[in-house]
Amino acid sequence: MADTTDRPEGAIPDATVTVDYPGFPEIAPLDDDSLESELMTLNMGPQHPSTHGVLRLELKTDGEIVDNVRPHIGYLHRCFEKHAECLSYPQVVPFTDRMDYLAAMNNNLAFCLAVEKLLEVELPERVEYVRVVMCELNRIASHLVSFGTYGMDIGAFTPFLFAFREREDIFDLFEMTCGARMLYNYIWVGGVSHDFPPGFIEKCRAFLDKFEGKMAEYNDLLSHNKIFVERTANVGVLPLEAAFSYNLTGPNLRGSGYKWDLRRDAPYSIYDRFEFDIPVGSGEMGQLGDCWDRYMVRIREMAESVKIIRQALDQLPEGDVHKAVPRNVRPPKDVECYVRSETPRGEMGIYLISDGSNVPYRVKVKSPCFTAIAAMNDLCRGHYVADIIAVIGSIDIVLGEVDR
Amino acid sequence: MQQIAIDLVANVPALAGLDPALMAIILGVVSGFALLTVVAVLGMVLVWLERKVSGHMQDRLGPMRVGGWHGWSQTLADGIKLLLKEDIVPEAADSRLFKFAPLLVFAGAFAVYVAIPFSETLIVSNLNIGLFYVLAISSLGVIGILMAGWSSNNKWALLGAMRSAAQVISYEIPVALVLLAVVPLVGSLNLQDLIVAQSGGIANWFVFRNPFTFLAFFLFYISTLAEVNRTPFDIPEAESELVAGYHTEYSGMRFSFFFIAEYAAMAGVSFVAAAVFLGGWQAPWGGDAPGGVFWMFLKMFWLVFVQMWIRWTLPRLRVDQLMFVGWKVLTPGAFICIIGSVVWDFSAPGWLRTLGTGGVGLITLIIFAFYLRSAARGLIEGRKQKAIA
Repeated sequence: MADTTDRPEGAIPDATVTVDYPGFPEIAPLDDDSLESELMTLNMGPQHPSTHGVLRLELKTDGEIVDNVRPHIGYLHRCFEKHAECLSYPQVVPFTDRMDYLAAMNNNLAFCLAVEKLLEVELPERVEYVRVVMCELNRIASHLVSFGTYGMDIGAFTPFLFAFREREDIFDLFEMTCGARMLYNYIWVGGVSHDFPPGFIEKCRAFLDKFEGKMAEYNDLLSHNKIFVERTANVGVLPLEAAFSYNLTGPNLRGSGYKWDLRRDAPYSIYDRFEFDIPVGSGEMGQLGDCWDRYMVRIREMAESVKIIRQALDQLPEGDVHKAVPRNVRPPKDVECYVRSETPRGEMGIYLISDGSNVPYRVKVKSPCFTAIAAMNDLCRGHYVADIIAVIGSIDIVLGEVDR
Repeated sequence: MQQIAIDLVANVPALAGLDPALMAIILGVVSGFALLTVVAVLGMVLVWLERKVSGHMQDRLGPMRVGGWHGWSQTLADGIKLLLKEDIVPEAADSRLFKFAPLLVFAGAFAVYVAIPFSETLIVSNLNIGLFYVLAISSLGVIGILMAGWSSNNKWALLGAMRSAAQVISYEIPVALVLLAVVPLVGSLNLQDLIVAQSGGIANWFVFRNPFTFLAFFLFYISTLAEVNRTPFDIPEAESELVAGYHTEYSGMRFSFFFIAEYAAMAGVSFVAAAVFLGGWQAPWGGDAPGGVFWMFLKMFWLVFVQMWIRWTLPRLRVDQLMFVGWKVLTPGAFICIIGSVVWDFSAPGWLRTLGTGGVGLITLIIFAFYLRSAARGLIEGRKQKAIA
């Protein structure tokens, strides 16, 4: 047990890998004076049901108590950045769908904002509003998945299906608009692929009315359930300083009690025109920055998204969504930009370098999930194996975006 | 059994001259097979029921395709599929233990049924230590679970087995203790005696006998949830944590043995709860018309339904919280039940008895009113949603 527990706080974990051959255990002779115990290496994932995709965690556990967690990533690496450097700008957009596949609209927007900054195009008003409506709907859908799977991680199955029921309604709206339910390629450079079809606005409003009632149901069923609170409060506590030093963003940072949301603090698109709150963790059920706080921030954010969508639908102007779509996307030579936007998982940054051709010279994505995963060891050390599941669920990672 | 065998040999002309001891063995084998069939079919029905119950609770339909009415033969089809699947024994597993474990688990769940009185006459073996036997034999399963976890040579399975051992041992204590709360009231461990002592309608059922047995019923129910590894105490097979717990490495028929055993155990503890607290095979208004079996199964199905209801509503506890509930809540509660129940029954004055029974009745009515309210709300909400769609 000595090698890991004696390590000073914050030191880099030792890089030696213990190779374990299951089936041929070496039996050490029993010492007369003492019974030695050693840490067990437990391989969680990549095929584990609760690692939200293909994350692999190498756990060192003392029985059920976790001593050290080392995440291994890369099982879903699809060379997004390299692909993007070989394709014209509009062709990259479908690839961004596949990074964070639960919030594809927001990824589309992040990339298009960067390209539009290089191009310096003027967007029609309607495009901005349509984008906001779609992105916020997708934010709700993404948070619904997060809520549902979190319930399932903790052992409650039913919230998962309740969440997916509402998510299907959102997908119906998307399908009605652009034909796709999950990977949309909807937000284009300079516009969107389709305008709202007739009847969309009424259907969207009907959904919002229905959804607001469902939120109370979620809270009754899961958020304030005694067992759920016991499982998540005071588990995986992340103090604000640690959240800063790990560069956490989005709901994970807000869960630690810091009011920071790019939609308000560095407004992009037209987010400065809407009234909405930024929910932050308050340590209601336990310590500030525990799993429950991070979870609850997402639940409350869904209500804020509903507010934004309502305002956007009220103010929706007329216009042609294809007017500003450039025939040929060819940014000026030797310019670069870094544009951040708030996806459901936090701050996504797109860094672009243009060499004047229609193909980006360099694309780099700063992924919010990738930074969040780095905090795993600090969050999990000293907890039970069951708590690891609670922590993974609460930082809400999507492996497609971690690996890209 | 011996007596029945002697009676049969004496009274049935076709069997005249047969050795009563041999007859007893034949009877045992026959009733064993009959019971095995009942348990296997019951397991299948309960699996189907669980899928339907969970489906309807989650706003979906559950199995609808296989078989005619509401997919009733889905579990039959699944059973056949499991039978035909390849039986995989991991190379590094201890194959003898690995193969033996599911049998032991199933045997533990199945053997409970031997002592359960399904009606006034229908009981395989009317043991005079019936309750003790049930408690003892139902813990046989944990040995099988431990074996399965150990022999799989899989760390997740081992963790599941260790959790299971800790859990079942901790929860056996409150289970046994709360059952002891009713035994002194009858002075017998025989399950038939316990049921007969509750005759005369719902007011005489042990659950309403006094406030402590009322509490004991709920404590028993909660503890048995843990003993049969159901949510919120399903940590040995917590699928989101331990993949599948102790049966991670099992496939095909061996897996289905664990599966059937789980449902057999659920029904088994529900039968015991029905027999000890809910008047067994007797109707709520006394007597057993239209048949003891009907009432016994009705009560069992109700209790199992509540188990399912709980499973599809609540999240799961953590290991340490589970131990906390077991040792610091249920066990002291069980002790209070024993002492309270005995003292109450033998020395409470008349006015206190009236007050206590009245209080228990009131609490029951309140629980029932809440249940009706939520059921009504669910119905109204369902109508509304149907109207929208």
